[in-house]
Amino acid sequence: MKGKSTLWIRHLGVHIILLTAVFVTCFPIIFAIIKATQETHIVATASMIPGTQFLKNLDTVWNEYHLGRYLRNSFFISLWVAGGKIILSLFAALALVFYTFRAKKLIFAFIIVTLMLPTEMLILGLFELVSSQPASDLKSLLIWMFNPVEFFLEPTRYGFGWGDTLSGIIFPFMASATGVFLFRQHFLSIPRSLADSARIDGAHSLQFLRHILIPMSMNTIGALALIQFVYVWDQYIWPRIIIRRAANQVVQVGLNMIIATGESVQWSQVMTAVIISILPPLIVFSLLYRAFMNGYALSSEK
Amino acid sequence: MKEKNAVFTSRIVPYIYLSPTLIILIVFLFYPAWKSIILSMYRSNLFLGTRKFIGLENLKSLFTGPLAPGFLQVLAQTVIFSILVVALSLFISLFLAVQASKDIRGARIYRVLLIWPFALSPAIAATIALFMFNPEVGIVNALTGLSIRWLDSPVPTFFLTVGIAVWKNLGYSIVFYLAALQSLPKSPLEAANIDGATMMQRFWLVTYPLLSPTTFFLLFTNLIYSFFDSFAIIDMLTRGGPVGPGPLLDNEGITTTLMYKVYLDGFGGSSNMGFAAAEGVVLMVLVGIAALFQFRFLAKRVHYEG
Repeated sequence: MKGKSTLWIRHLGVHIILLTAVFVTCFPIIFAIIKATQETHIVATASMIPGTQFLKNLDTVWNEYHLGRYLRNSFFISLWVAGGKIILSLFAALALVFYTFRAKKLIFAFIIVTLMLPTEMLILGLFELVSSQPASDLKSLLIWMFNPVEFFLEPTRYGFGWGDTLSGIIFPFMASATGVFLFRQHFLSIPRSLADSARIDGAHSLQFLRHILIPMSMNTIGALALIQFVYVWDQYIWPRIIIRRAANQVVQVGLNMIIATGESVQWSQVMTAVIISILPPLIVFSLLYRAFMNGYALSSEK
Repeated sequence: MKEKNAVFTSRIVPYIYLSPTLIILIVFLFYPAWKSIILSMYRSNLFLGTRKFIGLENLKSLFTGPLAPGFLQVLAQTVIFSILVVALSLFISLFLAVQASKDIRGARIYRVLLIWPFALSPAIAATIALFMFNPEVGIVNALTGLSIRWLDSPVPTFFLTVGIAVWKNLGYSIVFYLAALQSLPKSPLEAANIDGATMMQRFWLVTYPLLSPTTFFLLFTNLIYSFFDSFAIIDMLTRGGPVGPGPLLDNEGITTTLMYKVYLDGFGGSSNMGFAAAEGVVLMVLVGIAALFQFRFLAKRVHYEG
């Protein structure tokens, strides 16, 4: 009897700790949800009673503060980057695991090193490259590229001319060392007999990829889709620098403009924008959570 | 092991498959990284479009001359900020993951509720904090009766920024600790149990060493997070301010980290891109040192497998 009661008390302690932690992690979101529904004169008080203004606030932020447009932009770049990374990494891992070729180790090392090169670290060089105007004709571009002193040792002369465009966000993020690494680990765990029989049946590596590898990699694909979608959705520094016009801005940076609209901050409308803009990653998160745990968090190598 | 699945042979096909990844990495990572280093040797103004080669002048002026105190203050702040964020994140997330992986009622619900903030962005965390900690209309001061200037008084602002950065990233670390705890081998713990080890002994002598690969992985990812992803929190919450107390901390805003200073110097008012690039080089060195530790660890594999 005594043993049972001490166990219960010990568990009570655990429950109190966890409830406190859950309160701290979840309260800010509950707070944002309630504040998004309140009337203007109540928002600035400590009141936590829900109001009825949510749809009206939503209408204002969506149409007048351009939340709709920011969300569309974020959605567009997140889908392109996540999709692009998955496809590019699948092909890279296919080559690295199922082919023998000379520069294999070197190329793999080259890809893995980029794990240590976060894009944020090179924004100055990247800004020059992405935003500089392209050469007016192919000849001057080639003259520049084949002059090693100018090409390598001087600030960048010609770039892509993608300042203020969504391409300027999408392309720099398109390749993924994480993706190549995860697919490679997964492919290495596939029994050789499968690949052998595919080859003996005369399957080309593309057919092997489509009919065997991809169906077997759904957990890894799901995990990567979640990681990359959230990663790109959360991008802040680079869009803040490369995008100038509000019409092309992503939602993370757009929040600044929603806060700065008007003479004083309309907090209920800002909280409405917050609530709406966390929905897409949350939906992706709940859809792919299982795949994420199985394909990434629980896999022994990262 | 590496060659075990290499069943296809072709001279060209593997390079074709690899080329999109390699081209993107070279064009948008390696080349700009190299050009950032090159840029640090130029006096370059973004808006005027002027460029002049000055060698190591920018790098030198980080440590001597009128710009040095500001840079050194920011460097020190970055180190303190990162150590606080990483240490608090790892400690709290490990503690909570251990609690949530106990065999108690509602454990699964606790886990999901602790993990999901992983899907929140730093900018969202900062926006909500901006409202909650607003000294006039925020709920924190209103409910607690305090009148702390959370957003413009140096000490509270610094710790609030640390707190929000930790809060935002807890879910991520908890995911990995929970996953690692679930896949721990049972036998060492049972053996420790039979040997009569206490709960604390079991944790520190058995569980914790078994978790060391996860801890190392999280150490690096959290460090990168505190260097770079904290940018959005700082930009929205404090804009790098407020200026700290003299004589050492009054050169720059107290929440200005190295990444934020690179941004301010490169794209802000002075738009001195060469100087900002030199600061970026220091950032690269810091990340490089961290990466070296990470690689050494991976090579050694501090596994305690039974």
